[in-house]
Parts: sequence; structure tokens; C-alpha cells
Amino acid sequence: MATPAVPPSTPPATPTETPAAASDPAPAPSPASVSAPAPAPVPAPTPAPASSSDPAAAAATTAAPGQTPASAPAPAQAPAQSLPGPALPGPFPGGRVVRLHPVILASIVDSYERRNEGAARVIGTLLGTVDKHSVEVTNCFSVPHNESEDEVAVDMEFAKNMYELHKKVSPNELILGWYATGHDITEHSVLIHEYYSREAPNPIHLTVDTSLQNGRMSIKAYVSTLMGVPGRTMGVMFTPLTVKYAYYDTERIGVDLIMKTCFSPNRVIGLSSDLQQVGGASARIQDALSTVLQYAEDVLSGKVSADNTVGRFLMSLVNQVPKIVPEDFETMLNSNINDLLMVTYLANLTQSQIALNEKLVNL
Amino acid sequence: MASRKEGTGSAATSSSSTTGAAGKGKGKAGSGDSAVKQVQIDGLVVLKIIKHYQEEGQGTEVVQGVLLGLVVEDRLEITNCFPFPQHTEDDADFDEVQYQMEMMRSLRHVNIDHLHVGWYQSTYYGSFVTRALLDSQFSYQHAIEESVVLIYDPIKTAQGSLSLKAYRLTPKLMEVCKEKDFSPEALKKGNITFEHMFEEVPIVIKNSHLINVLMWELEKKSAVADKHELLSLASSSHLGKTLQLLMDRVDEMSQDIVKYNTYMRNTSKQQQQKHQYQQRRQQENMQRQSRGEPPLPEEDLSKLFKPHQPPARMDSLLIAGQINTYCQNIKEFTAQNLGKLFMAQALQEYNS
Repeated sequence: MATPAVPPSTPPATPTETPAAASDPAPAPSPASVSAPAPAPVPAPTPAPASSSDPAAAAATTAAPGQTPASAPAPAQAPAQSLPGPALPGPFPGGRVVRLHPVILASIVDSYERRNEGAARVIGTLLGTVDKHSVEVTNCFSVPHNESEDEVAVDMEFAKNMYELHKKVSPNELILGWYATGHDITEHSVLIHEYYSREAPNPIHLTVDTSLQNGRMSIKAYVSTLMGVPGRTMGVMFTPLTVKYAYYDTERIGVDLIMKTCFSPNRVIGLSSDLQQVGGASARIQDALSTVLQYAEDVLSGKVSADNTVGRFLMSLVNQVPKIVPEDFETMLNSNINDLLMVTYLANLTQSQIALNEKLVNL
Repeated sequence: MASRKEGTGSAATSSSSTTGAAGKGKGKAGSGDSAVKQVQIDGLVVLKIIKHYQEEGQGTEVVQGVLLGLVVEDRLEITNCFPFPQHTEDDADFDEVQYQMEMMRSLRHVNIDHLHVGWYQSTYYGSFVTRALLDSQFSYQHAIEESVVLIYDPIKTAQGSLSLKAYRLTPKLMEVCKEKDFSPEALKKGNITFEHMFEEVPIVIKNSHLINVLMWELEKKSAVADKHELLSLASSSHLGKTLQLLMDRVDEMSQDIVKYNTYMRNTSKQQQQKHQYQQRRQQENMQRQSRGEPPLPEEDLSKLFKPHQPPARMDSLLIAGQINTYCQNIKEFTAQNLGKLFMAQALQEYNS
């Protein structure tokens, strides 16, 4: 996870150099920002997000035409100057976190499944809102594109149209970036990223690995940053961002329900009735309680060393159970049950009333 | 709503031929059977509906959208959906049909099923049986036989379990709506009671394998604890709200009944008056005959005694249907709560 993706702007001549560039730690790109003075190696976190937006666009345009020989030495030099320490996986120095909603991922997977014949991957636009500390992606739509060995064509008209339509429903959503399926960032990604940087400042690139490399569907987000020696042609590198998953409460419940299809043989589940749900929830609590009990027993028997924080949580848990005098509890319970029974009786009464009314009217 | 009718009319003419052919195979089983026995929804659609309400729906406003999918034998598969913008005053020139057309055209480009198969709506505490819904669903079902309306209850979902129901109009109600005749006689002839207005279709949720993989991924990565709202005992506010709505409806119903009673009384009074008039006429005629004068012409009784308008029966049917839904909701809710209370009692007894 420490290695950012292969700098795609570098032409085929430099694949040997790209591993060197790729071993840069995440903070490396900031030295390449044009606004920083000569002591470039010091990673300056704050200017990086701001400056990478403009130079990124400029860099992508300069890199795209085949100025291959000039850009070749630039990545080789930059790593030599700017390695401040061992490669660290970590969040983007600007503190940018990408919060994804599960609906996005489901959409992406669905459009991947519906891709055209012969298309290796699908791309689309990400919509959402920008916060001070994070970027929240709440919607997306796929965009038709054609990709071949030499060229890539994205239907930006379509993308603009769809964005307009989406804006009518949710006027607060902005174009945040784009997504692609597949586990690697290719050269075409840079071009597409450049298209999108015209639409949004500092676009985010999200990859969802639907080819299931390493047996997992890895989901990564990137932001493009400049790298290279200032004054020469700049290269573009994609640096990773932390991806967190954001859920609304109702989304959490929806996802829990949908997740159950993993366990059913033909991937189909029905919606359960109310008492079944209560039963399910109490089973879950029972499992949680047995895990906690097991832990407590292990600690007591010395198998596991005691952890103070866990102990504190357990303490507060036990103290949260209210101590009620049995008679009070009886009265409370009875009054509640009486309320519920009365309401049920009323509901039944009302239903029979309207049924009677129906019969009378139809006489 | 009117524009949506046109939208479905034009959009669905191409699709209705295909879906109609698919549906008729099983639909011939009997006039009482409807063409759709089960609704199969993709997980993606569920997530999209949830998200749409969460972001755009506040309070009592409903959010609506269109469902896209296919009909397979007697199953309705819903594979995608898109939301409809809400009606605001400053959107006077907003063309719903055009929005729909453009959206479907664009989705077709990315290979998403572009066949309309229904629409969804969010609801506030279960109050969705309205005239508007009936009209919309009728126009959808008229154009596409298998369409359903999905009712999503966000408040109930927030309490712990997804509340999504699919409804269709019964064939009997379809007949009545087709003739646009909502008079009492027609309704009596159709033998429609409030229980037979909407029929609920069972829902299953289905995911593809790749989405299952995604779900595993999410489960591993996001270890957010459940909130266990479902087991909370303090849910009296929900009950209170539902009862309030129920009471409002019952008030409306009673007003309706009063209106009906006055109508009946007036009609019977009118009958009496007619009868009296006829008798007087006959007597006069007999007298005139005995005196040898020509009898008075028979006058058109209906012009003299204008028949009263019978009150609209459709509204009261809808109110009755709504009351029925509320009562069902309340009963489900109390069943759940009783279960929880008994559990709490058992735990307390165990402790003491």
C-alpha cells in the first residue's frame, strides 16, 4: 500500500525507472510543487493539495504529448533528492480522507457487470460533497468510453448531461472525480484524469478491483500530484488516500440485510417478519455477550492478559444495567403491556368497524 | 402526476409489448390472478432508495423515483432505479417527461435496463393510500401490466429493519378505474371492499456474486457496531404518532359517514315526496276524469325532484384502506414490543 501506482505519464522507455519512483513514500510528491523553493526535499504538507490542482492539469497536458526523453530523467532525479525516510503507508499529508457510501460501490460493480463486450473496464463520474477534512462521495454514474491500445475516448457530453440530470435531484452534489474498475492505473488513466480535472478541482480517482486480484476486491482512492524537477517537464503520480466507509443509519441496516444474501444458496433472501427480526437481533446480542464472557473467563484463567480499556468498558457495561426494585419493574412492565394490549384491541375494533361500515354501505 | 402518465404512455409503448407478452403467459391462469407473484429486487436498488430518502427527503415530504427492470415469467426483477426531483415552486418550467426520457436514454447507453417496471415512494408512518397514489399506480399498471409501487418506510427502517413493500392494484379495482366510474353502483357491482384494493406482492432481494464479494469486503473493512435500535424498549413516540394519524383518519371517516347518512335521509325523504306527488297527481286525474276533463300531463318527476348526488365512494374507500394499513402497522408494532417486554421480564426474573 506504500507504493503509489505506476506514474502513468512516463512513456514505455521508463519502466525500469518507475519502480524507483514508485518506491517513494507518499509525501514525496510535494517537493515537486512549483511554488516551493529550492529546498524541495522537505515535504510540505499544506501546499500540496492546493498546488497540485493547477500544476496537475498543466503537468498532464505537458506529459501527454510525447516529450518522452525529457521526462525520463526527471523521475529518476526526484527520488534521489526527496527521500526523507523509510516508505510509510499513511494518509495523504493534507489529511484528506475519502468517505465512501456503499451505494457507490454497488453501483460500480453493477455497471462493471453490464459492461459492453470487449471492454476491459468501466469508468464513471463520482459525485459528492467536499468537507474541510474529507471528501464524501455519495453518488456516481457510469460513462461510456472506448479504450484501445493507443487511445482512449470518453463521452464527456454524456457525462455533462448526466450530471445536469443528477443535479436536478440533488443540487448539492458536485463532481468529485472519477472511478475505474480494474486493479491498475494505466496510461489512459492520466488522460482521463486530465479530462476530469477540467470539471473539478483536484479530482479523485477511485479504483475498484473487480478482477479480484489477490482474492480480494481492493478499493483504493488516489489523487494526482506532481512530481519531477521544477522547471523541467513534470510527471504526474497518483498518491493514495485513505478510504473510509460512511453509512447513514438506514444504510447500515440496508447493507446488513443485503449482506445476508452471501449466506443463502441461491443468493436470494426475503424480508423477515417483525418477530423474526427481534429474534435475530437478540441472537446477535447473545453472541456478543458470549464473546465478552469468553474473554472475561480467559483473562481470569490467565490465558489472556488483562487490558485496562476493555476492563473499563466492561465495568461501564455492567453498571449500565439499571437496578430496579422488582415491584417497580412489575408495575412498569404491566402498564406497558396493558398499553400495548389496549392499542391492539383498538386497532382490531377499528378494523371491524370499517368492515361493518363497508357492508352497510353496500346494502 | 399527470405528466408521469404521459411519460409512461410514451416510454412504455415499446416495452409493454415485450412485457405484456411475457406476462400474459402466466396471467391467463385466471381473472383473479395477477401477473406478478414475486418481486425480486437487486441490493443496489435498495441502497439507492435508502440514499435518496436520506438525502432529499425531510419530514412529511415524499420522495419518488422510477424503477427499471425486467419481467421474467411470473417474477418482476427490479435491477435499477433513478430518483425523481421533487416539485418545488421555482421549478415551474421543469419538464418531468423530458427528464425521464433523457435519463432512460442515457442509462440505455450504459446497458442499464431501460424498461419501466414501476415506481417507488417513501411514506410517512405508513400513510400512502391516497388518491394520487391510486391514480399513478393505475396509469402505470394500465400501461405496463406488471408494474408495482414500492413503498419504503424510512422511520420504520431506522428502527432496525428494512421496511419495503410492493403493492399492486387488484384486477377488480383496475376494472373500475378503467371505466373511470366511481359511483357507488359501479363499486358495489365490482364488489370492492377496502381490503381488496391493493394487494401486496412478496419481495425477495437478490445479489450477484460480485456484489456478494463486495459485501464481504465491506464487512471486513467497516467494523461499525450495530446500534441495536431494534431492541430498544422506548418506542412509544412511534406508537403515539401512528395513533395520531389513525385518529385523524377515523375523524375523516366519521365525517364521511355523516355525509352518507344525510344523503340517505335526503334520498328517502325525496322518495316520499315523489310518492306523495304521484298520489296527488293520480287523485287529481281521477277527479278530472270524473268531471270529464282531460287529465293533466304526466310531468317528468326527475325534473321536479332533482335526485341528490350520492357522495363519492372512492374517497371513503381510500380512507378505509388507509385505516386498515395503520391498524396493520400498529398490530405488527405491538407484537414486536410485546415480545421485547416479555424478554425483559424473563431477564429480570432471572436476575432477582
